[in-house]
Amino acid sequence: MTFKRVAAASVAALMVGSPVMADLVFPSLSYRTGPFAAGGIPYADGFADYMTLLNERDGGIGGVAVSVPECETAYNTEKGVECYEATKGQGALAYNPLSTGITYQLIPKATADDIPLYTPGYGRTSAANGDVFSHVFNFPANYWNGASAAINHVLDLNGGDLKGKKIVLLHFNGAYGKEPIPTLTKLGEKHGFDLTTIPIDYPGQEQKAQWLQIRREKPDYVLFWGWGVMNQVAIQEAANIRYPMDQFIGVWWSGAEHDVKPAGDKATGYKAMTFHGVGSDYPVFADLQKHVVDAGKAAGDGSNVGTVIYNRGVYAAMMLAEAAKKAQEIHGVADITSAQMRDGLEQLEITNARMAELGMEGFGPEFKVSCANHGGPGAIAIQQWDAAAGKWSLISDFGGSDMDVIQPLIDADSAAYAAENKIEPQCN
Amino acid sequence: MPEQLLFAMEVTLNGLMAGVLYALVALGFVLIFKASGIFNFAQGMLVVFAAMTLVGVQTGQIPFAHLINTIFGTKVHHFGWTVPTILAIIVAGAAMVFVAWVIEKYILQHLIGQPDIILFMATIGMWYFMHGFAPLMWGSEVMKLDVGLAQGINETIDTTTYNWFGYGFFIDNLDIVAAIVAALLVTALVLFSQYTKQGRALRAVADDHSAALSVGISLRFIWVLVWSIAGFVALVAGIMWGSKSGVQISLAEVALKALPVLMLGGFTSIPGAIIGGLIIGVGEQLFEFAVGPLVGGATQAWFAYVLALVFLIFRPQGLFGEKIIERV
Repeated sequence: MTFKRVAAASVAALMVGSPVMADLVFPSLSYRTGPFAAGGIPYADGFADYMTLLNERDGGIGGVAVSVPECETAYNTEKGVECYEATKGQGALAYNPLSTGITYQLIPKATADDIPLYTPGYGRTSAANGDVFSHVFNFPANYWNGASAAINHVLDLNGGDLKGKKIVLLHFNGAYGKEPIPTLTKLGEKHGFDLTTIPIDYPGQEQKAQWLQIRREKPDYVLFWGWGVMNQVAIQEAANIRYPMDQFIGVWWSGAEHDVKPAGDKATGYKAMTFHGVGSDYPVFADLQKHVVDAGKAAGDGSNVGTVIYNRGVYAAMMLAEAAKKAQEIHGVADITSAQMRDGLEQLEITNARMAELGMEGFGPEFKVSCANHGGPGAIAIQQWDAAAGKWSLISDFGGSDMDVIQPLIDADSAAYAAENKIEPQCN
Repeated sequence: MPEQLLFAMEVTLNGLMAGVLYALVALGFVLIFKASGIFNFAQGMLVVFAAMTLVGVQTGQIPFAHLINTIFGTKVHHFGWTVPTILAIIVAGAAMVFVAWVIEKYILQHLIGQPDIILFMATIGMWYFMHGFAPLMWGSEVMKLDVGLAQGINETIDTTTYNWFGYGFFIDNLDIVAAIVAALLVTALVLFSQYTKQGRALRAVADDHSAALSVGISLRFIWVLVWSIAGFVALVAGIMWGSKSGVQISLAEVALKALPVLMLGGFTSIPGAIIGGLIIGVGEQLFEFAVGPLVGGATQAWFAYVLALVFLIFRPQGLFGEKIIERV
């Protein structure tokens, strides 16, 4: 009798403890610790919660449960690569590395392993060229789209004429922060504005010199590519020198609630770019609340639902889930492989009708991925902060970017990468 | 007056103010090093923990809420009250005294007589422990710190300098407050060490541990005292820096700004920390203003260290540090 009990308990423990072999696995390389945790936590929560919603509400994707094993990177490139190596053997279908540094390291590895990388709004911009970067997808927007969208917004505000205007790019002094410089330089030549770049070194806790320079030069607009504590300090310093907040525009990584709240009321009017909707006024969030948060299955405590970075995690998870569904359709199997997942990403089509079905109507633009275009439409909206209301509001539609300027830059950069790595075009 | 000269004057003034903020962090290092010979690697984390505790208490946040909720399935976050700023500062100060007691009882007490490098390694361990413990206790979100300090441009200085030069200087009100607080803090520390029994005991321990012990001074009490004072200095630094950026784990990075200040001013001199901070503050701001544009900018991150390196070559003990001669 005792033996039977032990055997039964062992079997039960094994059933509980072992992973379900047929799970669709999307590892989450998260950073819940370290100096960037304030941004990493809501993103990881949003990503995990959406996948949990699919499991709880829909029984997974195509009837197959989804699992999201988390691996802590602390936003550290070496740890990120270790996480990739540690989790790829679990049957990983795709990676969302959540760091430009980790992405750069993983591009050759993941390509060799036949595992796609999905890097929405970060990573290597020229990976939008699917002809060269067969396993990297960065739709719906990248940093060069962002630079162009910011200038388009400024053009709208100035009747289409920027001749003689002064624009400052205040940026993190690293690869991520320098990404928009080539695009802005070209756009400056095209539209006749003067571009000044002002770098800030990590961590960016002291920015007095930069903001004194901005005060002296009196630029018409300041564009901002920051991350972490750099964001809060920059917004506070802008308020201190009384720089008009509605002329201060951050990239999407500089436009979260925790970036503006420390500056209080003075942050009102600050703008940021976004490639997805803001707030929780979409049906999908009611489902998340009901099936995930209220059911006690949320990755966090539920307080981040509807915040900017949480929404970005939800959006990224939705894209991967839709691509997995597409892959199941293409190949006629439910248990897809990473190679089939890559096909799903490459043939993904997001329509307004589908977004409405997902409870996300208007949350993002409609677009179609192709073999050559892994970058999507580059459609970006502008959001603006209202401190009194304590929320962001979209003040523009999702508009396109200047591909006449961006496409040659993408082509040149990806061609250089292809030549360096002896990559043959894949879309012939 | 030439425009560039006016700009340089403004940059110099702002550099002095930035230097005061660096000095506030450096002071904590000096106090502990002076009294115990320990280079406290964890001082930056003390700044974070002090500031987090202040905001947590002030806003009525439940400590370890995330842990409690995970274990018990509850959804508690706040007590539902807020605490007046002064009371919250007192509670945070008391928490730093408790931290000092814990450090003495559970770490330092067991390492008496060990080489300095062992004590230094222990403070690295403390840094890592607190790096995990502080967010576990108060969360990883950016916490807004509002203790009623004025921020933004000082109108009087702006108007006065505009009337004088035709160009209004920018000086942040918070920086002025920080300078006043730093001056009061240094005065209080000097008075404490010169005119109180505990202060004299502290100086005696700093001069010679064995001699101090032989005349009945309690080394344990002095260590708790000096770590408590360093904790209070960390709280002040946390208030100033946290008001600028919100309170978050990356506040610990301000310690990086204190290292060149210490190299310059000396590890054992309180006035040295202030003078070193001012030199670093002015130097890096002026260098960025004059040379930064020629070399791509963002020179502040390395300029202070290069300056400190130059000082190390010619005066290893720093400007005000004691020359250490060891018999071999």
